[in-house]
This record gives sequence, structure tokens and C-alpha cells, in this order.
Amino acid sequence: MAELSYTSRREIDQYGFHPAVTLLAPLACILLQAVLPRAFPRLAILDLPLIATIFFAVARRSPIAGAVTGTFIGLVQDGLTSHPFGVNGITKALLGYAAASLGYAVDVDNILNRAMLLFSFSLVQSLLLYIITRWLLGDIVRLHPLHELLAALANMVAGVPVFYLLDRFKTRG
Amino acid sequence: MDSFFSRFKNPLVLIAIVLTQVISLAIQVQRPSQDFDSGGQADSATVTLLRRWTAGIFTPVEMLLHGSGTHVRGFWANYVDLRHARERDQQLQQEIARLRLEQSAFAEDAAQGRRLQELLAFKQKYIATTVAAQVIGTSGSERSRVVYIDKGSADGLKPEQAVITPEGVVGKLRDVFQHTAQVLLISDPTSGAGVILESTRIRGILRGTDTGQVQIDNLTADSRIQPGETVVTSGGDMVFPRGIPVGTIESIAPDPLHQPYTAITIRPAASLARLEEVLVITGTQSTLPASAQQDLSIAQATAEEQKRAADLVAERLPSLHDAGAAPASPDAGPDARPGAPATATPPADPNAALARPRPALHPDRYSPGSTPSADELTPGQPTTAIAAPVQRPSSAAHPAQPPPAQDTTPRPATPPSTPPNF
Repeated sequence: MAELSYTSRREIDQYGFHPAVTLLAPLACILLQAVLPRAFPRLAILDLPLIATIFFAVARRSPIAGAVTGTFIGLVQDGLTSHPFGVNGITKALLGYAAASLGYAVDVDNILNRAMLLFSFSLVQSLLLYIITRWLLGDIVRLHPLHELLAALANMVAGVPVFYLLDRFKTRG
Repeated sequence: MDSFFSRFKNPLVLIAIVLTQVISLAIQVQRPSQDFDSGGQADSATVTLLRRWTAGIFTPVEMLLHGSGTHVRGFWANYVDLRHARERDQQLQQEIARLRLEQSAFAEDAAQGRRLQELLAFKQKYIATTVAAQVIGTSGSERSRVVYIDKGSADGLKPEQAVITPEGVVGKLRDVFQHTAQVLLISDPTSGAGVILESTRIRGILRGTDTGQVQIDNLTADSRIQPGETVVTSGGDMVFPRGIPVGTIESIAPDPLHQPYTAITIRPAASLARLEEVLVITGTQSTLPASAQQDLSIAQATAEEQKRAADLVAERLPSLHDAGAAPASPDAGPDARPGAPATATPPADPNAALARPRPALHPDRYSPGSTPSADELTPGQPTTAIAAPVQRPSSAAHPAQPPPAQDTTPRPATPPSTPPNF
């Protein structure tokens, strides 16, 4: 008998989503991310696809599903940029995997945990993107700590309401 | 073995996913062999296909959103525009008149410049045809400065064509799809353009940075390069025609990543963050376009008219500084013309040509020449000694006032023989 102890029933729940939600919610996030900065240039600091990646990963609590979802979102995001395919794909695959793994350990329905998750994963994404651009692509880029910190804060502020919005589409897995 | 895969299933899948993408990255990345490139190389056929699919998913929705937004904004804007149409029309008419005058002033210089270019066999490229396009979306990433426009290969667009606004350079087309196209902004780290500093004529290469700034990073420190200088395209990259405004120099600082070069940061002339409409240059030619030639001929005609009008005015107006003209003598009759040719030799006094007042019939202390010259004055001497006004006795009005001092200084009764020196 497995000796697992969870602090609440909700923590061991694995949620599922309607296939349409699984497909359309990330696409909607990518679309909004592409359209919003045209009207409000400062919103380019947000990363709505990252928020969607983390949400679906922690909700499903399956590392493989998290990595696959992250790869899909990242590759589609790469398709809209001038980067080669894979820059965001690799980053979001790693983040999806990590977020799903963390989903077992922490109560991801707690607002504070969600905020911390978004903040820390945003910083990790900045670091991963820097490493990929600098070492895999060989581009000369610099890390801007203050800017990345602001981006993480912005993602945290925007991500919490998005999480609650996407919670509505959860189904018992 | 089976238990190994089942135990490490998750990490193995992750490694497989990441490794596949790393290999695909390595295949995609192609390093240019040239020393200078204008950046943003086009993708391979497979990658372009993937991008085409991605763009095919999003750009129709973006166009729809943009179209509906434009209609809502247009409804209100049309109403506001109509309210101010008459005033704006007057302002524009005045603006056109002013610009015509400016244009005529430059017409002669332009003609001379073209003659010199012909002598040097210089091939200037003029913008012949453009396609106007609306910006419908962005890449959605701060690390990739790319926008999407609502025109594509069906409208005659091709990769590597320059994209501008009336203010200045925007970027160039990267991937062109049937009805949309991807514009790589000059602020993207992978973009590049040949530029020239307008006043110092120093050539440089413009590149974007990862923070979205636009910099020239291939020049060493030079005291001639100062903030505020205008930067224009040099035409050397074969993408942007020569002479299009890029921006002005904002700051100059040592570049820590490229020593001993300096990072010359440019403030772009075009507002890259708030692009609405852009022009894609689809064709250039070595001669002036027909419309521009028409404008030039109008400008030259205006310049000729202005010149004739100036000559006419110059003939009619008196010329005070004309050394050959006779001074307006007080003795001259009323029919004497100020601009009449002189018959006498010109006087030695440079002010002799100036008009002189006629001598007063009843001179008083205000008459020219009644005041002694400064040589005859003594510091501290009472002014009453110089000239005393003739006062009427008014004891009734001022009983306690002492009688005025008498003027002791001899005063000429007649005007001096030499005219006063004003």
C-alpha cells in the first residue's frame, strides 16, 4: 500500500479539459499576446502563453502532458517570431515539465502559491531563453535583471486572474 | 529494461522532446558568410511552410479584429473629422503654400545635384512605387521585433523589400505570405541597415539590440559625432533607398561588448512601437518619378516667379546702400528721384549718402546743431549751462520757485555750416 499523505483532497486531483479548451485557450493566449502590444506597447512585457503553459501543466499534474503542451505553445509562439523554431519550444517544454512536477508537491490552488509559481517560472524562463539564445544560437545578448524582474511581476499580476478564469473550464480527470 | 523505461518514462520523454528541438534548431540556424548582411535571413522552405501555417491560423483573426476596431474608431473619427474639416482644410492650404515656397527654394539645388550626379555617373535610386499596408499584429515577444501587415504576395510584395513611413525607416519584409507579410523592424537584434550621418557623412551599420533600441555599433569614438545629428540610409545595403530618414543620435557611449567601438543609440524617426500604417517600397528607378518631376517643374516655375518678383521689387524700392546713388540733398527739388544716378563724385564720409534734414527756419534748442558737441562739455558742469529752456514767468503758479538760470553758453543763431553728425 502506497504511503502517500496529502494535506487536502484537492491536491491529489488531476483535472482534465475539454479538447476544445485544450486547443483554443493556448491559441487565444497567443493571439492576445500578438494583438495587445499593437494597441498597448507596454503589454509586450507580459507572456500570456507562459501563463497558459503553467496553468495546464499544474492542472493536469502530468509531466509528459506538461512538456507536450509547453512544446506546442512554444512552437506556435516561435512561428510568429523571427526566431528559429525551438527557442520557445524548448523553454516551455522544460517549464511545463517542471510545473507539472511541482504540481504534486504544492497546493497549486492557493493564490499565494500560484503567484509565487508564476513569478519564479517567469524568471526561470528568462534565464532559459538567455541560455538558448546565447549558447545555442550564439547571439550576443545581455541579461537585464531589472527588466526580467519587472516582467516576472507583470506575469504574476496578470496570471492570477487568468488562472481563475481558466479554472472554470476544469473537469475532473 | 522495461522497468527502466517505465521508471524513467517522464525524464526520457522530456529529453527526447528537448533533443529533437535542439537538433532542429541546429539545422535551421544558418550563419551568413558575408562580413555585412542586412540581417533577418529568410528561412528555409520547410521553416517557411511552418511559419505560413502559423500565420495562416492567426492573421485572419488579427485582420478581423483589426478591421472591426478600425470600423469602430473610424465611425467616431469621421464625425470628429467632419466637425473640423473646414479649419483643417484652411490649415492644409496654408501648409501647401508654405511647402511650395520651400520646395521652390530647393529646386535649384536639386537640379544642380542631379547634374553633378550625371557627371559622376552616380546611379541614384528614387522610390517609384509603394504599397500602403496596415499593421495587424505583432510577434507577441519582446525578443523578436516583428509586426504583421495586411498585404502579401498577392499585392506584389516580396521578401527583402523596404518598409517605411512618411517619418522614416521601419524595417524590411522577412516572410511574405499570400495576404500577409512579416516585417522585421530595424529594432530587432537580427536586423541591419547601412546608414550615413547626415552632416559628417560618416558611414555605419545600424543594428537592433535585445532591448529594442537601435544602435550603430561599428564606429569608434569620434568627436565629430554628436547627439542630435540626423541619420539617413546610405543605400549600401541594397534594401533601403538612399536618403530615407532613420532617426537622430540620442546618446554615444562605449560599447562594453564590442571594444573599442562605441554604441551610438539612435532615436528612430518612425514610431516603431505604435505603427498603424506603413509603406512597402515595391519599386525603385534611376530617374525621378513622373509625379515628382511634375512637382519639380512647378517648384522651378514658382522659383522663377519669385526671382522675377524680387527683381521687380528691387527696382522699385530705394536703395540706401547704393554707393552709386546720389544722396538726397536737401536742396534737391521734390521731383528728385532717390535712386537717380549720381553725377558728382561720391563723398568720403560713409554716412554722406544718408538723407539730411532741412535746416530749421526758427531754430531752438531742439534743432540739429544747437547742442554743443561732447568735446566742449565738461563733466560735472550744470546742465543748465548747456541749454536753458525759455520759460515764461509763472510766479502765480509757482511763487516759491526761483527764477531760472540764464543760459551763458553762446548758442549759434544759425545752423552750422557742417551738418551734424548723427
